[in-house]
Amino acid sequence: MAAHRCGLSLVCILIFSTPAPAPARDQFQEELVIRPLHSGDIYASFQFRTLWDTDFLQERQKKVSHYRLFPKSLGQVLSKFSVRELHISFTQGFWRTMQWGQPFIPSPPGAELWVWFHHTVSDVDGNWKELTNVLSGIFCASLNFIDMTNTVQPSASFKPLGLGNATDHRFLRYATLPREIVCTENLTPWKKLLPCGSKAGLAVLMKSEKLFHSSFHSQAVHIRPICQDEQCTSKAWELRQTLNVVFDHYTSGQGKKEWSLFKMFSRTLTEACPLASSSKVYVDITDNPELSPATHLLSRAVVLGDRRTYSVYDLTRAETFGQLRSFNLLLRWKGDNMLRPLLHAERYVAGFGLQTGEIHTVIYNNHPYRAFPVLLMDSVPWYLQLYVHTLTVTSKSRDNKPSYIHYQPAKDRHRPHLLEMLIQLPPHSMTEVTVQFERALLKWTEYTPDPNHGFYVGSSVVSALVPSMVAMSTNFTQDQPLFSSFVPVKEESSYFVRVYTEPLLVNLPTPDFSMPYNVICLTCTVVAVGYGSFYNLLTRTFQVDEPSPPLAKRLANFIRRIRGVPLLA
Amino acid sequence: MGLLSDPNRRKALTNLLTRLNAPICMVCYLAAIVWFMGLAFEPFTLRTYMSENAMGSTMVEERFSSGERALSLAKEFDAHKTKAGGMPVEWLVKAMQARGLEVFTQSFSRKLPFPDENKERYMVRGTNVYGILRAPRAPRTEALVITAPCSPGNSNNQAVGLLLALAQYFRNQIFWAKDIIFLVNEHDLIGMQAWLEGYHHTNITGMEYSPLQGRAGSIQAALSLELSSDVITSLDLILEGLNGQLPNLDLANLFYAFCQKLGVLCTIQGKLQRNDWDTAEGYTHAAQTMMLMVLKQACGRSWGDHGLFLRYHIEAASIRGINGFRHYKMDVATIGRLLEGMVRKLNNLLERLHQSYFFYLLPSLSRFVSIGYYMPAFGLLAVILLLRALDLWVNLGAPALEAVDGVTEAEQPSGPGVLTVLTPVVISHLTGVALYLLPVHLQEMAVEHFPVSETEAVVLTAVAIYTAGLALPHNTQRLLSGEGTEQGWKVLKLTALLYLAVLLGCTALINFSLGFVLAVTLVPITASMTPHMPKALSALAMVLLSPAFTILYCVFIYQELIEAPVSVSEGWMLFLSVISQGILDHALYGSLVYPLLALFVYPCWLMFWNILFWS
Repeated sequence: MAAHRCGLSLVCILIFSTPAPAPARDQFQEELVIRPLHSGDIYASFQFRTLWDTDFLQERQKKVSHYRLFPKSLGQVLSKFSVRELHISFTQGFWRTMQWGQPFIPSPPGAELWVWFHHTVSDVDGNWKELTNVLSGIFCASLNFIDMTNTVQPSASFKPLGLGNATDHRFLRYATLPREIVCTENLTPWKKLLPCGSKAGLAVLMKSEKLFHSSFHSQAVHIRPICQDEQCTSKAWELRQTLNVVFDHYTSGQGKKEWSLFKMFSRTLTEACPLASSSKVYVDITDNPELSPATHLLSRAVVLGDRRTYSVYDLTRAETFGQLRSFNLLLRWKGDNMLRPLLHAERYVAGFGLQTGEIHTVIYNNHPYRAFPVLLMDSVPWYLQLYVHTLTVTSKSRDNKPSYIHYQPAKDRHRPHLLEMLIQLPPHSMTEVTVQFERALLKWTEYTPDPNHGFYVGSSVVSALVPSMVAMSTNFTQDQPLFSSFVPVKEESSYFVRVYTEPLLVNLPTPDFSMPYNVICLTCTVVAVGYGSFYNLLTRTFQVDEPSPPLAKRLANFIRRIRGVPLLA
Repeated sequence: MGLLSDPNRRKALTNLLTRLNAPICMVCYLAAIVWFMGLAFEPFTLRTYMSENAMGSTMVEERFSSGERALSLAKEFDAHKTKAGGMPVEWLVKAMQARGLEVFTQSFSRKLPFPDENKERYMVRGTNVYGILRAPRAPRTEALVITAPCSPGNSNNQAVGLLLALAQYFRNQIFWAKDIIFLVNEHDLIGMQAWLEGYHHTNITGMEYSPLQGRAGSIQAALSLELSSDVITSLDLILEGLNGQLPNLDLANLFYAFCQKLGVLCTIQGKLQRNDWDTAEGYTHAAQTMMLMVLKQACGRSWGDHGLFLRYHIEAASIRGINGFRHYKMDVATIGRLLEGMVRKLNNLLERLHQSYFFYLLPSLSRFVSIGYYMPAFGLLAVILLLRALDLWVNLGAPALEAVDGVTEAEQPSGPGVLTVLTPVVISHLTGVALYLLPVHLQEMAVEHFPVSETEAVVLTAVAIYTAGLALPHNTQRLLSGEGTEQGWKVLKLTALLYLAVLLGCTALINFSLGFVLAVTLVPITASMTPHMPKALSALAMVLLSPAFTILYCVFIYQELIEAPVSVSEGWMLFLSVISQGILDHALYGSLVYPLLALFVYPCWLMFWNILFWS
């Protein structure tokens, strides 16, 4: 396999590399994984990986101006803002862990962006602000709404995934926009980042009308530095573009568990992207679905702690497309057994009324006998004023003391709350984290245009090393030699999982904006009548009125004044 | 305001008000009644209109056509219900799962404070089943709820059948932006309360329930469906909720709009709409409809499963199918289409319903009276109390008025004795506390000593304490502070008048109907009460206009209005059951009418009773 890929990329290099002094060995791979889910839905996950053998962070004086497969727009952004690592995802819908199991690449509803900056950056906040604005332009998204009020610096939950073991979280910025709606306008710029665009290769399958006629849609871009070779003498950049879709069998399949590429995407494949060094379609056949055309190429792997078997279709080979010059995969399956994911979390707001409330985060450990720790990260906007003294963590109706708590209180209108906790989950248990909050009364200009819709609180993030199913099973039916299976293999014994809970929609006390005129009139009247008369009463000096003298007396006094004689009393 | 800062003119004004006090009060009272009755007169009311943009202009097509399926599902449900002898939980779970919903159950149990004889239940144990239709590409932040109660007997099976058929139809549509929860609740309101408390993780009423496993974010609106008969001729909309809360008027408008569109006969308070407003019959009809709404709202109970949602700021209404008008028969598919249309429009909502009125009365489905129109009726009644208070104030201050001005005269009246006023106030309120606490707590003792059931024990204890209260206060007051003076009762009456004004004012702001009904009966007698009136006659008048008799009159009027008049003895039995229902509503759902009457209105009335026997 590996040799084959190397050979192919060599061919690519021979064909496409320019006669430069140091030939850039860029690489592009594309891949589609199709997994029939237990619920009857079908999960399609695209991954496009571009490697770029340049390390501009080291040699900053030398501007990189030559781009081949790596998109220039992103390359420039990386070098301008000294980004070490960048992860951005746009998701429409919620990944239903209980029905679908774990996704290959998890993401929360809405937009999520997290960036590690290079340690030479002095003004991280400034760079972050500019970067979000630039990305907002590149992806046609409202990332410019990311500001200091929804940005946090998690201390433990988001470690760099690439080279380098940076731990100083001053260079990390994390923000989510749970309200962001993802649509075709975000898909188009994302597709343009691919070397072949949507003209050839797997990307031809990405027709918006099908991708957005689904239960779940998530597209992401991950950029990180990796090693160029095994000795790791020099660095390379890896750009991974992923797109995950779950199709609903119920609404479009009329209850039949039968799928084909054409049915899913209303397209078939005709060729691989000519620039790709590898272009493959994997189909998860662990539960023995019926496949046509069949293939003898199989691949076994431990994915997310589970041993899976995949059929592999190599699109770079002509025989995959058969005589019709088109590749349409047909899939029929039965399997209906419900799988219980080992780690699962959900969140909701408890209570009623517009004054206080309580956020409940429930984390389930479904492992029958193993306890494991999880990192819970919560970022709550400032307008929900958390009462941290009410924070409780209970498992099996007993107090569960987190071994690590990182809490950064919010500042009104400046930064959100950040709460990170390391919690040990007992086996087969439900752990509940609760914290009470008070709803703030916003200034009248701070309300969104539709304030009665409510305000969003982003998903909380549960990160964990979960003991894997493979290590759990003691009864091996697979053709494994006995000597290999007595002690569980170290690297297979646990796997990293990130679970996002649902975002929350919270109503804040909202004035009736439709009656400003009434309010103004009423206030003015109250002020005028109430204040005016009160002021009048307070400042006036009261005197007893002399009854006015009779007419005769007044006449006499008038005459006396003319005469200059003292007046009558 | 120069009017008041000038002592002369002030004196002239107060003179005028004290001299003409009685006539002005009479005019106010009559004007209040006339104003209130005028509210039902069509030219004085406004036509309803849809305020919410998201529901008004958007076109929705109704395509639901599986009426047959709904009926067969109803039959199946009926069969399983009889077999299981209650809620067929397993069958429902399977049926909902087969329709592609995420299904969860919740079990609950509740021991009532005393047996409910109307519904024959004491220890309640049940299970709610609900299925969530997950909207595609929605992040589980918003939800709509459709409920159908699983009632004993063979009523309401059609509603469950229709619910399941709708679930199946909705599941195949792709336009949902909010999750939809289909809930079948057992033991009507108790199950509903358990589910709502479970969903919001609160416990206000001491219900025991298992925690909910599945949620769908904040609920935006809810519809409750009851089809009591197999033949449905019209749909009745029920809006009155717990404590007299009403859903946003737009929900009623939505229902009315779809009834018009589909040509469905729709009623409110079981009364059809009439077009002949200019005839006496037309006016009476509207007035009756409005009076029914006032009475229903005043009693503060939830008139359908929707009523409990309102506490959680969820707009909800019940739709009840009625078999009452011959010649019009509608099929289940039409009701399904109506619900589909309503749910689709609610699904289009961007914000919670908030544009239209929350405080209104409906003389018919197409006409409404907003708070700005009905409040003056109450205001005129409240003014009487204030005028009487002013009169007393001036009277009390009269000897001291020759001193300079207002500041010193305030201290004069309270001089005679704080104790004179405080004692009756405290004693009346203690009687009120006894009325609130004792009936439920003493039921065991009462059952031991008297040959009555628990329910009767509670109600009769309440009646006994109420009657005993009449004998208590004026005697103790005499014991404590000796002979009452002329000034003493005036101060007491002044306090009591202001107290009543504030009490009724606050009540009317929250629940206009309750405030108004209480004011109509309490104001005339309290305003005119003095110790110098003929004792026997005025005591009779006071008792006949006391809060308990108000309830009794309401029972008779209500029965008259729903065209089921009752005899005196039947009325008395109804009265007793109303009291037990009131106490139960308070214990089970947190209705506030019983504590309000026991802890505040009754003591306040006792204070006036005290004045009558002042010597």
